[in-house]
Amino acid sequence: MSDALAPFLAATIRTATPLALAALGELLVERAGLINIGIEGAVLSGAFGALAGATAGGVAGGYAGAMAGGLLVGSLFAFCVLVLRADQIITGMALTLLSVGVTGTLYRAWYGASGAALHAPTSAPRAIVGLVSIPLLGEALFRQPLITYFTYLLAPAIAWWLYRTHGGLALRAIGERPDAAASAGVRVGRMQALAVLVGGLLAGLAGGTLVLAQAGTFVENMSAGRGFIALAIVVLGRWRPLGVAFGALLFGAASAMQYAFQAMGWNVPYQIFLAVPYLLTLAALAGAMGRARAPAALGRPT
Amino acid sequence: MSTSPPALALEGISKRFGAVQALRDVSLRVEPGTIHALLGENGAGKTTLMHVAFGLVSSNTGSVYVDSARVEIRSPADAIAIGLGMVHQHFSLVPAMTVAENLALGGHGVLRTREMVDTVRHIADLTGFALDPSARVENLSIGAQQRVEIAKALARQARILILDEPTAVLAPSEAEDLLRWIRRFADAGHAVVLITHKLSEALAVADHVTVLRHGRVVYDDAAARSSVHGLTAAMLGTDALASTEYVRAGGTAGAAVFVAKGVTIRDERGTLRLRDASFVVHEREILGVAGVEGAGQHELLRALAGRAKVDAGVIERPPRVGFVPEDRHRDAVLLDRSLTDNVALRDAARRRGRMPWAAIRAKTQNLMSEFDVRAPSRNVPLRSLSGGNQQKLVVAREMGTGDRAAPARGAHPVAALVVENPTRGLDVRATADVHARLRMARDQGAAIVLYSSDLDEVLALASRMIVLHGGELREMPLDRHAVGRAMLGA
Amino acid sequence: MLLALGGVAAIICAIVLLLLLGGYDVPSALIALWTGSVGTWYAFTSATLVRAIPLMLTGCAVAVAFRAGVFNIGAEGQLLAGGTGAAAIALAFPSAGPVALAIALIAGAAAGAGWAGIAALLRERFGVLEVISTIMLNFVALYAVSFLVRGPLQEPTHAYPQSSSIAETVRLARLPGAGRLHVGILIALAITLGVGWWLRHTAAGFRLQVVGESPTAAASAGLIDVRRTSALAFVASGALAGLAGAIEVLGVTYALYEDLSPGYGYTAIAVALLAGLDPWRVVLTSLLFAALEAGAGAMQRDANVPSTLVAVIEALLIVTVVATQAIRRRRSVGARTDDLELEVTT
Repeated sequence: MSDALAPFLAATIRTATPLALAALGELLVERAGLINIGIEGAVLSGAFGALAGATAGGVAGGYAGAMAGGLLVGSLFAFCVLVLRADQIITGMALTLLSVGVTGTLYRAWYGASGAALHAPTSAPRAIVGLVSIPLLGEALFRQPLITYFTYLLAPAIAWWLYRTHGGLALRAIGERPDAAASAGVRVGRMQALAVLVGGLLAGLAGGTLVLAQAGTFVENMSAGRGFIALAIVVLGRWRPLGVAFGALLFGAASAMQYAFQAMGWNVPYQIFLAVPYLLTLAALAGAMGRARAPAALGRPT
Repeated sequence: MSTSPPALALEGISKRFGAVQALRDVSLRVEPGTIHALLGENGAGKTTLMHVAFGLVSSNTGSVYVDSARVEIRSPADAIAIGLGMVHQHFSLVPAMTVAENLALGGHGVLRTREMVDTVRHIADLTGFALDPSARVENLSIGAQQRVEIAKALARQARILILDEPTAVLAPSEAEDLLRWIRRFADAGHAVVLITHKLSEALAVADHVTVLRHGRVVYDDAAARSSVHGLTAAMLGTDALASTEYVRAGGTAGAAVFVAKGVTIRDERGTLRLRDASFVVHEREILGVAGVEGAGQHELLRALAGRAKVDAGVIERPPRVGFVPEDRHRDAVLLDRSLTDNVALRDAARRRGRMPWAAIRAKTQNLMSEFDVRAPSRNVPLRSLSGGNQQKLVVAREMGTGDRAAPARGAHPVAALVVENPTRGLDVRATADVHARLRMARDQGAAIVLYSSDLDEVLALASRMIVLHGGELREMPLDRHAVGRAMLGA
Repeated sequence: MLLALGGVAAIICAIVLLLLLGGYDVPSALIALWTGSVGTWYAFTSATLVRAIPLMLTGCAVAVAFRAGVFNIGAEGQLLAGGTGAAAIALAFPSAGPVALAIALIAGAAAGAGWAGIAALLRERFGVLEVISTIMLNFVALYAVSFLVRGPLQEPTHAYPQSSSIAETVRLARLPGAGRLHVGILIALAITLGVGWWLRHTAAGFRLQVVGESPTAAASAGLIDVRRTSALAFVASGALAGLAGAIEVLGVTYALYEDLSPGYGYTAIAVALLAGLDPWRVVLTSLLFAALEAGAGAMQRDANVPSTLVAVIEALLIVTVVATQAIRRRRSVGARTDDLELEVTT
């Protein structure tokens, strides 16, 4: 049993990492009162950016490209919603569609037809000396790529910023009562824009993780709804950073289940495992939304 | 005349919003250690002027000086930085956050809990207000929230305090307490601008009075040299006193239209608002409702209009009750749709089959002429009408008679109407218009329930009066003092 | 109007620009785009009009939902559900001919309505944002169909991931002299035009619009049951998308496939938005998008231009619509601001 546990945990964390990154980014956006469903497009753009960056400059270049891709989508969202005052949902949809189209088109144009497996340099898992020797958890938690360690640190860092600094207080106020924040001297538009940009950047990193730390290649529509799942994780985590991190783990575990099942020799149609994250999202949303308290100004027209 | 420079001076301020000139070359000088009352009717420009000073609105012309130095105020942050503080009419607090957090908002760096709590205690000592740092604003009473609002301004070391209609939501004795505090604050050397439309208040407490009308300064003098008559003339632009004559009903009340028996109502969050109330409203009668904000009038009106349920008891009312809610944009109209579509809104739920557009268009035309709704045509989006005309259309629609879709009950054009702050945001003429319509409807047999946060408006129109306080409902005589005391539970 | 024309011109420029950027042969690409879409009678009927049918119905579905304030992004999944339902009925009753055909169409609509109903229930009972739930259900539908065509519904030889072909008598007949165009076009036109009329001229249609425009005014001034109205709109939207799926199976593919829909449900969003959420205009925009996608296929075959370019164009179209709406709204803000400001000033 413990034989299966370690690989299961490792798979959980591996799957959870990009989800957590994207969800933490979206958390900041939603705490600022905005909903960016273009996050799916940001993840995809990040994945493509990672491929482009990696072919030019190795793993580092890959992550830079990933951030750039996500940032681009984020800035388009910020421009349309905060400057042009367009509807958030429609803008988000349009950006996701745009990302699908642009990444698909550019991929075929630059790298040839039908998704031949392109080998992007990947970042191998690095063990943390000492911690990796912890029985049971050590191998799973501490033999992971660097980006995962970054994510371990990111969640508490965001929690600290959100609850223990004036900046975080201001952001939370914007998501609750923007007028109150404004009259207290908070620069609402600027903070919302920053939140959106950071959200895009983290979503881009999530996409980069898929390419550089997992698949080692790019496939059209690679994000496969992960950005949307991140939206659900934000709700599930009750708009709190640590809650979001645990929500991501939950989804990671659900996806990793298929390995556990296979290891135990249970024969289940593979489509069920493919469908699990989405079904889980639905269940999570149904269970979570009622009790969770969303930021009061979430989604209101700007 | 004081020889020290004015604490705050606004020179030559003009502001245009779209087609409306809200402010026209307005100048104002506020001396330190004084209370400067800024008077004017609805829409005169008082709040706009102070929004300019506080950086919420940019002016088209003019300059702002603080202690004789010219300043550029582009945002509330700038205003706060130079010592201005503003207490808004609609509170700008974050309900879900605590008092300490609300006061800390706008700062920089790391949050230090101990410092935040100390700040709250410090302000509490300074002002004599009771402030609980860890209390959530949404759980506080209106009066307490206002004190937090003031504390917020003081926490930023405001030397010039602007208060926008601070007593609007308070009962008479709370208002007196507040005014006394403002006097002490000014005596300590600070400057205060008090925006109000209440003459008596201004004369009671201010040192200097400025009156705005249609965006212009029409009066500016020391309070000691001012009189009610003079100020009224300046505010209204005529020599006639504001009508304090309560024009009573001709004719006596008729049959019962609204009957409330043992009504208990809770609000959305389950808080008890009204307990076991019973009353009747008759034909040819306007029932005035009075209460401080949050006394349950919001819920009661909606229950009477059939827009909300009661938790216990029964309300008997006609099947079709007209409702003019206070938040017009949110609850009464479709801003981006034509006047015709807005009129069609009224019976939308009970219609079956095809929409009788021809009839609705005709009805709209009738209502527009009958109620003097100024618009290029009935096809323009409602958004393009002025606030006053929008409200007139709403009133027309809810009162209007031109529709035969409703099953007739006798031949009554309108049996029942519930009205909430009907003249908010309207200018003097539109207000008088609406009042006249309400009286006309009453004379034609309607039963009207009227609430306004302006007690004088209610007293001027009501045939009878009920007061809500602490979940109880009491019928009171039409006497301002009695009603005022009852609003407080005395 | 001028703004919309400017938008279209901008799109054409964008297409040319993208082609140039990708290093493609612009003239041959544009020629392929033309001939593949409307240049020949065959292309017009069998490539464009055939594609216009599901786009029209799903576009209508999206328009109805959005109009009611329901962001139904699940037309894709509802279409698949509809196709499945229709296929199941058609395969079960191969000899019943036109009767089975009619029932299959209805079953498709019902299946789509049911699939949407799941999201509607989640929205109603649990307050789940339909944007997310419908997208999730799209994926679930996709995998469900994948499972069905490789399992219970798979054709007898078990060689291909598809169902058996449905009997000739249960198919939607082709229109004579019009290539692969089938009777479904008449159904789609009738329904879409009918829905447009219904929105404009019935009380129920008016209520739906009001609910989408301002739920608060609908409830307070109109006394409309907002929850019921939007739930019904949601389910009706699903029925329309389901019908689109049924028609695809019964008139084009004659069997249930995994890739029954090349993303019609998502394109429908662009179709609906560009039509200003008006079903009568959806007829036109669905033709436009059908032509673009038909042409894109030809562009890929003849000039090696990836068909994903069309996705870019579609997204740009949405962005154009959104931007023009925003600009138009800003122009009228002048009037609004004064009203609000005057309200605040007492």
